[in-house]
Amino acid sequence: MIEIRGLHKSFADKKVLQGVDLDIASGETTTIIGGSGSGKSVLFKHIIGLMKPDAGSVLVDGEDITKINEKGLYCMVDKFGLVFQSGALFDSMTVGENIAFGIKNRDDLKRADIDAVIEHSLSQVGLADIANLLPAELSGGMKKRVAIARVIARKPAIIMYDEPTTGLDPIMADIINDLIIKVSGNKEITSIVITHDMVSAYKISDKIAVLFEGRIIETGSPEEIRKTKNAIVRQFIEGKAEGPIKIR
Amino acid sequence: MGIKAIKQPLHSFAQACGEISILAGKAFGLIFKRPFNFRLIENRLYLDGIKSIPVVFLMAVFTGAVLTLQSYFGLQRFGAEVFTGSLVGVSLAKELIPVLTGLMLAGRVSASYSAEIGTMVVTEQVDALFTFGVNPVKYLVSPRLVALLIMTPMLTLFGDFVSIMGGRLVASLVVHQNPYLFDSQLYVSLEIWDVISGMIKAVFFGLTIAVIGSHFGLKTEGGARGVGQATTTAVVVASVIILVSDFFWSKILPFSMR
Repeated sequence: MIEIRGLHKSFADKKVLQGVDLDIASGETTTIIGGSGSGKSVLFKHIIGLMKPDAGSVLVDGEDITKINEKGLYCMVDKFGLVFQSGALFDSMTVGENIAFGIKNRDDLKRADIDAVIEHSLSQVGLADIANLLPAELSGGMKKRVAIARVIARKPAIIMYDEPTTGLDPIMADIINDLIIKVSGNKEITSIVITHDMVSAYKISDKIAVLFEGRIIETGSPEEIRKTKNAIVRQFIEGKAEGPIKIR
Repeated sequence: MGIKAIKQPLHSFAQACGEISILAGKAFGLIFKRPFNFRLIENRLYLDGIKSIPVVFLMAVFTGAVLTLQSYFGLQRFGAEVFTGSLVGVSLAKELIPVLTGLMLAGRVSASYSAEIGTMVVTEQVDALFTFGVNPVKYLVSPRLVALLIMTPMLTLFGDFVSIMGGRLVASLVVHQNPYLFDSQLYVSLEIWDVISGMIKAVFFGLTIAVIGSHFGLKTEGGARGVGQATTTAVVVASVIILVSDFFWSKILPFSMR
């Protein structure tokens, strides 16, 4: 269970988060949607402890991640796996080395065990036989799938996806959506997704939270969000230029 | 207006000094913390040290050659050309080679550190390290620091030898000085402490290059432009620190003013 309470963050004079309150239940897939610059990525980085808030708390299984020391934070991140928007694969390593990186740094595994984990993780994302390729040799969709394989190899309790379908064609985006559903398993893994892709949000989510101007303005199931009467949320989910949201 | 104009840059300068000192302390402390990754250090020793040998060789041989040429004709005006070997040997070992090796490495290595780490920052690879429970300072900065603390004095010693050989070659082949005269003057004047003082400076220069390059890499913002700016700043700052600190090292080191 992740409980976010009164989270505030500013950069110079720009207020990005202005009191975010959100509960993320264990075993569910929670999707945070919002427009560009609404603070989704900043909120994401606070959940995993990559950023410290100006005020507020992020409780992960009862422990406030904003208050623990550096050593505690490195233990805490063991619970998390983060799939970055760009994939963030280490470009000096092969695909196999990228996947092995996380497990080698954590477990005292033998070479054969590591190879087995690499093979299993790649087959789960439908990419067998690419362990020796470099990230530069992969397409955008393949990079995202390798990034997912790298995370699931570590078997984290919470997986966070940063814009997993951005920049992909609709078919590849759907493959990624199916992969997220498959990885979350039978409510064994807590998934947190940030996206502005509504097709993806409706398909993968148990719960959708709408972030607008640094606050969560609505939460609900995909069906509830579809039927919302909130004009701001309606404009966003219907993708209309006219409405209360003014684009500068 | 006047005070405000000074206050902001001074604040930024003080902040940068603080951050660089903290990074240096952290990176040094983490060298001795488990897990030890000798493969990373070995890799840096090769990339930053061994692969710098050709550039240090060229710099040293021509510095020794030109210094000998200029010193010989300068001393000849006073009929003191016999002391060419003394002047060249001591100048090279105490000052020129440590500083020039530092500057060459600032250009070659500090730039590569800031560019490589900066690119990792803007492509979120540094954040990815953190999410795998890996401390980016231990993984990226400490091995670079170890490599340069070892390789900078080693390259300086290599440069001392090569530059003196370059000078000796010019003394015998170009100005036709008896090579035994060059050697005997060198032997009489050059002390072991001259070489050691140069190597002590080189250790500090290595620390400067590693920490400055890594610091500006880790502070990179934006895309390609940010990486370019970080690289330029790292080279300029590392070079200025080497040049300015050289004066103070020469004053501080007890055997360098003899």
